[in-house]
Amino acid sequence: MTTAGTSPKREQAPTGQGDSPGDSAPEYARSTAKKTGAEIVWDVLASEGVDVVFGYPGGAIMPIYNALHQRPIRHVLVRHEQGAAHMADGYARASGKVGVCLATSGPGATNLVTGIATAMLDSTPLVCITGQVSSTLLGSDAFQELDITGVTLPITKHNYLVTRAEDIAPTLREAFFIARSGRPGPVLVDITKDAQQATASIESRPRPVRLPGHRPAHHPSAEDLTRAAELIAAAERPLIFAGHGIIKAEASAQLMELVEKTGIPVASTLLGLGGFPAMHPLSLGMMGMHGEAWVNTAIQESDLLIALGMRFDDRVTGNLKTYARKARKIHVEIDPSELNKNVQVDVALAGELRRTLTDLIPRVAQRTCTPWVQHIQSLKSSSAARDIQYMPHNGRLHAAHVIHDLWWLTRGKALMVTDVGQHQMWEAQYYRHERPRQLITSGGLGTMGFALPAAMGAHLAQPGEEVWVVVGDGGFQMSAAELSTCAQEGIKLHVAIINNGYLGMVRQLQQFFYENRYTATPLLNPDFVKLAEAHGLNGLRVTRREQIPEAVAQARASACTTVIDFRVEQEDSVYPMVPSGADLDEMIRRPQDDSEVCAISPWNSGAV
Amino acid sequence: MSPSHQRTFIVHVEDRPGVLNRVISLFRRRAYNIDSLTVARTERPAISRITLVVVVDEREARLLEANLYKLINVLYVEDVTHQGPLVRELALLKVKATEETRSQLLQVCDVFRARAIDVTPSALVVELTGTPDKIDGLIEVLRPAGIIELVRTGAVAMERGARSPLAGVLDAAPPEQAA
Repeated sequence: MTTAGTSPKREQAPTGQGDSPGDSAPEYARSTAKKTGAEIVWDVLASEGVDVVFGYPGGAIMPIYNALHQRPIRHVLVRHEQGAAHMADGYARASGKVGVCLATSGPGATNLVTGIATAMLDSTPLVCITGQVSSTLLGSDAFQELDITGVTLPITKHNYLVTRAEDIAPTLREAFFIARSGRPGPVLVDITKDAQQATASIESRPRPVRLPGHRPAHHPSAEDLTRAAELIAAAERPLIFAGHGIIKAEASAQLMELVEKTGIPVASTLLGLGGFPAMHPLSLGMMGMHGEAWVNTAIQESDLLIALGMRFDDRVTGNLKTYARKARKIHVEIDPSELNKNVQVDVALAGELRRTLTDLIPRVAQRTCTPWVQHIQSLKSSSAARDIQYMPHNGRLHAAHVIHDLWWLTRGKALMVTDVGQHQMWEAQYYRHERPRQLITSGGLGTMGFALPAAMGAHLAQPGEEVWVVVGDGGFQMSAAELSTCAQEGIKLHVAIINNGYLGMVRQLQQFFYENRYTATPLLNPDFVKLAEAHGLNGLRVTRREQIPEAVAQARASACTTVIDFRVEQEDSVYPMVPSGADLDEMIRRPQDDSEVCAISPWNSGAV
Repeated sequence: MSPSHQRTFIVHVEDRPGVLNRVISLFRRRAYNIDSLTVARTERPAISRITLVVVVDEREARLLEANLYKLINVLYVEDVTHQGPLVRELALLKVKATEETRSQLLQVCDVFRARAIDVTPSALVVELTGTPDKIDGLIEVLRPAGIIELVRTGAVAMERGARSPLAGVLDAAPPEQAA
């Protein structure tokens, strides 16, 4: 404790007024007198529309937790602060609002780091509030003191250290504004304990946020828009790339309008899935490292790429030297630092995506792309024969079957949250995402342990949705403690563990590139069914494909979270695969001969 | 690398704790070595100005500029390399000087328009303001006499002409509040 030696009574934040008996109005509702910094925190959160926060208390944030008492804001007590950041992230991605998490100083704050970095890489708007030791102790290596603004400098859009109660309200308002404006991102506000305890007056009508250096709204020039429209009119083999920006900017309707006007097919990034309906005839699905072969081939053959709200990540492009060499490129992106970063483009449109598309569409001539679309169809039909769905599976349960059947049994309507690894790619390949915010996954940072807590946040943002967590046996155990939060908060999730007894994606790399030396990838797992039951939750095991419908029906009928342990083929790999740094059309394809999918490892065989 | 690859950035920032760290972090992250860095207040209250010299190519320079603009406290960035900016640096040199060599050294300093600011029986402290090249020149000439101590500020740069780089930047309308 930072205030070692002080009595518990002095730990209480001074309330300023209202201790008189019979005074029933809640503390936060009085606006006339001064308030403590801690009370101001909650007032600002309420005024920013926050209805749920995720956190974990501790010494340096005690005044804020004390002031939470009887507030109309729901607090979810996590089991590890990383879970709080991921929950806030999942909440933000599912709702489009700003997610909020709370942690104490020192280890509480450092435990947020992975979650904040995840949000940073995927542009999720978060406000992370951390307690800090009293300002008089700053820099003294006090108990649980840590320079969290220094630590999070590279993984936040902006951060603050607040040492005075009167700075709390304007700083938090700025934080929300920065988090949600322009390219969204996480903002951390570190508040010293004395600032939480001190009192300040709070303006009833706050001044608008004024940040002279912050220019979130860019608009492309009319000339550039016209040039883009001319390129679109002249192209014979154009492709549209739908990135995460389509979802962030809520520009799906505009994308559809552009597609319907031009007939240009759409490929999606991993995070762009759902931005354009997967079942639309012009939807090609995912591109890149584990994108479908015909999509990557089409990219390499195209003569125009129209990239919307994506950033040409190396997982998308493969070898940059050979990437889409025949194609001219139009890039629409809200963050100017992404333009010409990885790929040199012909027309760079720095702008908010929905507005830019709205301005672009009237300039674009009506057209069709029939021969090009037919060509892609022919690529597709020659490719499908090598898909696991079309192969005899000898009764074995493949992950692809599980995902496909989940899609079928949920009628493609579930809100899907995935972790990171093979199952993530299978989910992206075999579930058909029809709407924005239907898929929540960690793209940029590739954070294992993300799915379970993120799904809890997503559930709280969209309580009416059926939420499915698709997670590997490795990633599940990175945040399995949050099952306990699930139980405590009465959150109902459907957790599908794609259990192959391996750190599957790493095993796959060892198989492909390290001569089958499976160093440190076999996993001895706990009994996931019993683990669920130990939390008072529902646990099921599925070992054969024909058991899937019954298990899904049971999970859906259950009142609480159900964990289904899908014992899948252990040495299956994700195909196709573009090896890291290889040319985009240089893909490793699924072998025609199924014997490559080999024997069961000792770990899981006994329990099945 | 040769100075011909050097690029000079002028960065106007809000004068707040930690801002310099944020700016420098962008360079640190990419493992660029900063050749010269000067920071001080400007004619406007609460605005500081950073002059930064770094060896990067054209493309990296453009990305750095865009990334600097992502920082909330950065108001204005300019890569002035190709604009022939006025560049000045200050150096203090402490040189060995005896009765016999002193007048000769002072003559040399005179040629460079350097000023002696301290004289002792065995040493001389000289102050020189000029382009980094000119300071390099004086150092070379004084080196044989024996340089005891040398300190340089790093370059400050300013564009020629009447334009204020901040004109219009601070007077701009506040950003639209997000819905």
